[in-house]
Amino acid sequence: MASLDMNAEGGPKFVGDPLKIPAIECGAMMDTNTFAAAPEHNEPLGFPGELLDNWQEVAIAKMGELAANNRAFKVYLDTCVKCGACTDKCHYFLGTGDPKNMPVARQDLLRSVYRRYYTFAGKYFPWLVGARDLTKDVLDEWYTYYHQCSQCRRCAVACPYGIDTAEISMAAREILDSVGVGQKYCNEIIAKLKKTGNNLGLNPKALAATLEDLEEDLEDETGIAVKIPLDVKGADILLITPSADFFAEPHIDGLLGYAKVFHSAGVSWTISSYASEAANFGMFIGSYENMREVSWRIRQAAKDLGVKRIVFGECGHAWRVAYSFLNTLAGPFDFLDQNYPIPQHILEFTLDEIESGNLKIDKSRNDEFVMTYHDSCNVARGSAMGRKEGGQFDVPRAVIKAVCNNFYDMERDTIRENTFCCGGGGGLLTDDLMDLRIKGAKPRMTALQQVSEDHGVTHMAAICAICKTQFSKVMPKFGYEMDNVMSVHQLVANAVILDGQETEAETATAEETP
Amino acid sequence: MIATVYAVLFYVATLLLVVGVGMKVWKYATTPVPLKIVVSPAPRTRRGVVLRMFREVIFFESLFRSNKWIWIFAVLFHWGMLIVLLRHLRYFTQPVWWWVDLLQPIGRLMAFVMLAGLLGLWARRIFQQRIRYISNPSDHLMLVLLLAIAGSGTLMTYVTRTDVIAVKSYFLGLFRFQIGELPLDPILLTHLGLVALLMIIFPISKLMHAPGMFFAPSRTQVDNAREKRHISKWARNLPPLPEGIPKKEEG
Repeated sequence: MASLDMNAEGGPKFVGDPLKIPAIECGAMMDTNTFAAAPEHNEPLGFPGELLDNWQEVAIAKMGELAANNRAFKVYLDTCVKCGACTDKCHYFLGTGDPKNMPVARQDLLRSVYRRYYTFAGKYFPWLVGARDLTKDVLDEWYTYYHQCSQCRRCAVACPYGIDTAEISMAAREILDSVGVGQKYCNEIIAKLKKTGNNLGLNPKALAATLEDLEEDLEDETGIAVKIPLDVKGADILLITPSADFFAEPHIDGLLGYAKVFHSAGVSWTISSYASEAANFGMFIGSYENMREVSWRIRQAAKDLGVKRIVFGECGHAWRVAYSFLNTLAGPFDFLDQNYPIPQHILEFTLDEIESGNLKIDKSRNDEFVMTYHDSCNVARGSAMGRKEGGQFDVPRAVIKAVCNNFYDMERDTIRENTFCCGGGGGLLTDDLMDLRIKGAKPRMTALQQVSEDHGVTHMAAICAICKTQFSKVMPKFGYEMDNVMSVHQLVANAVILDGQETEAETATAEETP
Repeated sequence: MIATVYAVLFYVATLLLVVGVGMKVWKYATTPVPLKIVVSPAPRTRRGVVLRMFREVIFFESLFRSNKWIWIFAVLFHWGMLIVLLRHLRYFTQPVWWWVDLLQPIGRLMAFVMLAGLLGLWARRIFQQRIRYISNPSDHLMLVLLLAIAGSGTLMTYVTRTDVIAVKSYFLGLFRFQIGELPLDPILLTHLGLVALLMIIFPISKLMHAPGMFFAPSRTQVDNAREKRHISKWARNLPPLPEGIPKKEEG
């Protein structure tokens, strides 16, 4: 097992192989539970407030309904042959050794019950195929282990049949919600979004004040009045960005980057206070209806403001929902300009601007950083960018390399479609799961440690609000600083020189000239 | 008497196999897919998806990338079995097709390849801690069943020869609903009985992975959600959400 070397030169260092497979340790994580939702978190989402009296009946019926309405769920439950190819792919298994965190074992927690009630073999020969009744213990076990899955889909890439544990995990959470057993973190946030338009519960006035402060910061830094417009009717572009971009580090620096890029590109843009959130936690709980309601706000904001384009900021699962689901959930977007991708990712926008030479860039301004890039799991495996296949891997790297002189990738099996989750995705970015988050981050941190040792990498860029928050929290446990994780647009912001902006070099020259 | 029992057995087994798999496949095909859930590396065209599935079916591409040991044994078993099965066409066709004749020498050897693959997969299931953990009795028994079928067949090919001419005329007879003489060779009867059992349990077991993999949305969807709106029938029928932004009172 990879281990923490406390006596390494220059502070504790993590050494080892990011893909090292632990020996299984039954029950290692059985007591790690996330806080349960209270009735006031569940009810606004259309779920029962607390555990129903006839929960067993309802849960079994819900399972049948899902199998009838969702091909993936049905086929995935039927086709697994238990080959074992996925067993060493989950970062939570690699980090904890708990066998129920092996993707197939996680699926089996639900598959065993499905078999019992919905298959011939399970009804008549349960012992043969490992089928079991749905008891309260089983329900509790679901709650525990389906909240130890970040729905990152690394196992789905490995599976010879494309079985996607995320689908099973989402379905399990939906069943749990349908009987009144919700997770506080996700459900509270969705309820908040329905009230205020963002996960933070930030009202329009507070949002406006925040953005004004950021405009002042930008002007102090550059001497140029760069705007971060809010609710501007008739703007060309509506920016939908995670609300973490308004208050958290290093997220804010990314937002400043978008503002600089839009400013340099000379486009009119706006943020909406009604749809001031890119994240869509409806996906985490597998609720089509909630996901649709959250997405619907974006459509209404775009219509109300009369924009021509929608651009998404740096957010991982938000981009999956935007790229893969938005057209389904809130489309068709026939009222937008069809000459641009709907929706577009901010990195696609920025790369276009870089390639058409509209941005003045001084790469040396990022010379203090030796960068690597963490492919966010939902972007990597659930979405795309640009016009070419694999654009979701290449576009971010192209932008980083365009604004940065020093870039090295981590080990191939830990990046691109094989990337690890940060350890906090899928609705697990909550303090009550900190132990799990640290253990789940281990494979990624080990890969980072490797590339730090081999190439002197100092910082890691990411394009996901969850990744950024998670890494800034857990990196100190692995011998890094909080700010060793950066937004990609933070690097862009550092390197972009605005029109009329006085740079240090120019200032120096000006002083020399008599 | 035994010839009649086996005839009925094979008619029933064939019926259950065809109807069972047909019903399952129909169910898969008609179950809606609410969302685009394609998983990387995802082709953006239908042609790309066909190529992707071709590589998956023929070369087990994903498995190759994720686990070399399982891949080797899986390829040995599946490819071995395919050629062995094709070789078996000679017992059901008259005259024997030329390419089936060509396969005969290699087909006989493939029995060992198939057995080696099965033994490898079983060894992993027994000795590899993680795979042992996820195995149910049925997972072991399925391998035992396949090993017994392949083993009894190999015995007849190389050790105790059976009267294949008689077996062939028995099966050709079954095609015309005539029950002829079946050699009462215990190894042959074991072989045939187990094959019939395999056919019967096919639609209610994990063997459904073979047709099922063609219905996995993660691999069979085209990655074009932005260009083409994907919407399932039940989603289309959901009640519409309100248009416009609700006005809020100041303060």
